[in-house]
Amino acid sequence: MRRILALLLLAAGPVLVLGVLFVLPVTGMVAEGFVADGRFAPGAVLDVLARPRVHRVAWFTVWTSGVATVLSVVLGLPAAYALHRLALPGRAAVRAALLVPFVLPTVVVGVAFRQLLGEGGPLGALGLDGTPAAIVAGLVFFNVAVVVRTVGVAWESLDPRPGQAAAALGASPWQVLRTVTLPALRPAIVGAASIVFLFCATAFGIVLTLGGVRHATVETEIYLLTTTVFDLQAAAALSVLQIVVVVGLLALAARLRAVPDPTAQRTVTPVRAVRRSDAAVVAATGAVLAAMLVPVLTLVLGSLRVDGGWGLGNYRALSSTGDNQALLAPVTSALATSLRTAVDATWMALLVGVLVATIVTRRSHSRAERRVRSTLDGFFMLPLGVSAVTLGFGFLITLDRPPLDLRDSPLLVPMAQALVALPLVVRTLTPVLGGIDDRQRQAAASLGASPWRTLLTVDLPVTWKPMLAASGFAFAASLGEFGATSFLARDDSPTLPVVIFRLLGHPGAMNYGMALAASVVLAAATATAMLLVERLRVPGVGAF
Amino acid sequence: MLSLDDVTVRYGDTIAVDDVSLDLATGQVLAVLGPSGCGKSTLLRAVAGLEPLDSGTIAWDGIDLAGTPTHRRGFALMFQDGQLFAHLTVARNVAYALRLRRTPSARVATRVRELLALVGLEGYDDRLPGTLSGGERQRVALARALAVEPRLILLDEPLSALDATLRERLAGDLRSILHAAGTTALLVTHDHEEAFALADRLAVMRSGRVVQSGAIDEVWREPVDEETALFLGYARVLRGDAAARVLAAAGLRTAYALALRRSALVVDATGPLRARVVQARVTPEQVRLVVGVDGVGTLDAVAPLGSRVSPGDETGLRVDVTRLAILPITRAS
Repeated sequence: MRRILALLLLAAGPVLVLGVLFVLPVTGMVAEGFVADGRFAPGAVLDVLARPRVHRVAWFTVWTSGVATVLSVVLGLPAAYALHRLALPGRAAVRAALLVPFVLPTVVVGVAFRQLLGEGGPLGALGLDGTPAAIVAGLVFFNVAVVVRTVGVAWESLDPRPGQAAAALGASPWQVLRTVTLPALRPAIVGAASIVFLFCATAFGIVLTLGGVRHATVETEIYLLTTTVFDLQAAAALSVLQIVVVVGLLALAARLRAVPDPTAQRTVTPVRAVRRSDAAVVAATGAVLAAMLVPVLTLVLGSLRVDGGWGLGNYRALSSTGDNQALLAPVTSALATSLRTAVDATWMALLVGVLVATIVTRRSHSRAERRVRSTLDGFFMLPLGVSAVTLGFGFLITLDRPPLDLRDSPLLVPMAQALVALPLVVRTLTPVLGGIDDRQRQAAASLGASPWRTLLTVDLPVTWKPMLAASGFAFAASLGEFGATSFLARDDSPTLPVVIFRLLGHPGAMNYGMALAASVVLAAATATAMLLVERLRVPGVGAF
Repeated sequence: MLSLDDVTVRYGDTIAVDDVSLDLATGQVLAVLGPSGCGKSTLLRAVAGLEPLDSGTIAWDGIDLAGTPTHRRGFALMFQDGQLFAHLTVARNVAYALRLRRTPSARVATRVRELLALVGLEGYDDRLPGTLSGGERQRVALARALAVEPRLILLDEPLSALDATLRERLAGDLRSILHAAGTTALLVTHDHEEAFALADRLAVMRSGRVVQSGAIDEVWREPVDEETALFLGYARVLRGDAAARVLAAAGLRTAYALALRRSALVVDATGPLRARVVQARVTPEQVRLVVGVDGVGTLDAVAPLGSRVSPGDETGLRVDVTRLAILPITRAS
């Protein structure tokens, strides 16, 4: 009983933070849907859900996400194998390069694909600009990294001996893959696929920049309904739909992914030399890499085009406010705002994330305690399941009046971004903390170490690297965050993704060029953070 | 028949297997015995086709296996901890190789029943590997390996993951199962007990080389050098005068070096050697002593249970000639 009380006391801080900054805004947003003219009217939600446009939007969301998920898995598996099991030269660099798209700000990815597929772009002749195919391509571009990383890490720690035993029993390499390897990887593949589907279904920046009003998903529709049509009730109804579906999906994924004993999974298989029979896999990896690099290269080249020639004009223009007064503040000051915001969001996410990870991974001594811990675990994963747009809009309508008026607080945007980054931090840290054998702590205690000393000598040496990696993730995620920030950033101090989106919306060749240049700057900043993360990666640990 | 000729396997700069030649006749069980890191597992993996050779050949019935990938060799490999497929039931695991060969399902069912009976696990068909004990897992792994009657079965320390009692029981079973099935087997282990329990022939390996091979009792009786003797379970090696004294007491021709088992010296009041007891410890089989022998030094000895010997006693010792080995080394080597 005392243990449970201590646990609850320790959890009180993070729970309070999440309660005020997450549950309150989201319920505030959802309540909009159920209350009409000051009365409780749940029927209105059903009315909204019966609209033909809503059906179209929902179906579009499901099929684009489904196709993008399947493609991501198909393209990601060979690369996961090649990059985590074969001694390819330059493997670490390629791995980091493949990770960049995932942390590229969604707006940047959207811009890159428009540049690639749009009129005059290298692939403009295909006529894909503004089609669902472009959206799917963008989603796949963004999510292949998730599959490569999640499945690759699992593949890395997969014991090769059952496969060898199967080969000795007469199974051909293809049969080994089908009957031994893929079944063993199933949890990782299912986990990756469900996360990818989730990311696709709640993708915002990509769909908004590539699809516009014509091809809306549930997420962009919520945005359009709130910002241009002001139909809050319909937006809230869609949010409810999205939350229900997403939470259901997350629960299902957690069940499918369940690993009996996480500590037993911490082996790392040494990579083996590349053989001639690996040619197909290596070629597939090369193709994926090329497909990842082309949009980025197009973006970089595009940013260097000035009036039909080459030059740095677009970059020099970043200190201006653009053609036709597109912006209230120059891009350079937006970059400064972005960096400052990201630093704030990072320490907040890390502070809460470390507490949460510690709480959920400590060994339980009773069934009641275990139940409390797993409930907390699920609770802290909730932000993963709620769209950033819903969160941002919820912030706007609930945290704008006493007792908690944060409208003018400079910490409003960082707080929203920290919440978006929190699941990433927790997911990076929990496998590491959970992988520490509790007997090590017991051994330290029996040798006379106080709990504080144990933390310092057993936990910290293992976790400081993942902690830095988690900070990098949080920093990159916060730099690129667009969904929630687009609601919350003030006009006079916007973040870089918001500025890029605004530049795209204003006519003028100069503005477009500036958007490209700003995208390159933003991409470079996040890529740098990610490269640091990749250097600090602990083999066999950490999903994405 | 398996033949290895001048087989060498390198990992980068280190030579894991160095110029090894071995033969294994059909129906025999060969144990490769060596300390951990001596290259024995690499040798086994090379035979399975999992490690490429740097030079030399591995052949079966005179046909070089160099171009034959693992799955076409018709060998079965059994790992230390079984390596069952965790997502398949016991029956499915055992049937794995049969299904690969598209065996009719009625035939598969009969064969699985036969094999599970052979390893003493009737009724385990629907259990998952996670619910089995270590010994049960090893039995399933053995049944799985035997399912398609491989021409050679490769065993990688099949018993060392088990506790002592279980190991002894399974060793007996394994031996009779292998003999009943007439299987040719290559076994690698660091545990001489395991080798003696299972094998007909023995090859002792050290830092990548085979230092001695032959019928198991030959190797046992005539270890080729001091390290081999100690690895095979001899307790001490004596040289020079000390060796000569003990050999004289045993009535044997003199030699430079001599390896003694713990039980080579037996307390006997009329024995030719005089000794003073330093330490005495009772075990279930006999009383184990440490004694100081005049002109030889400190040695191990035994006394039958119930004998009254305690530290400080003076006693006589006789030499049991079946428990010593003369080493073929001279002062120069």
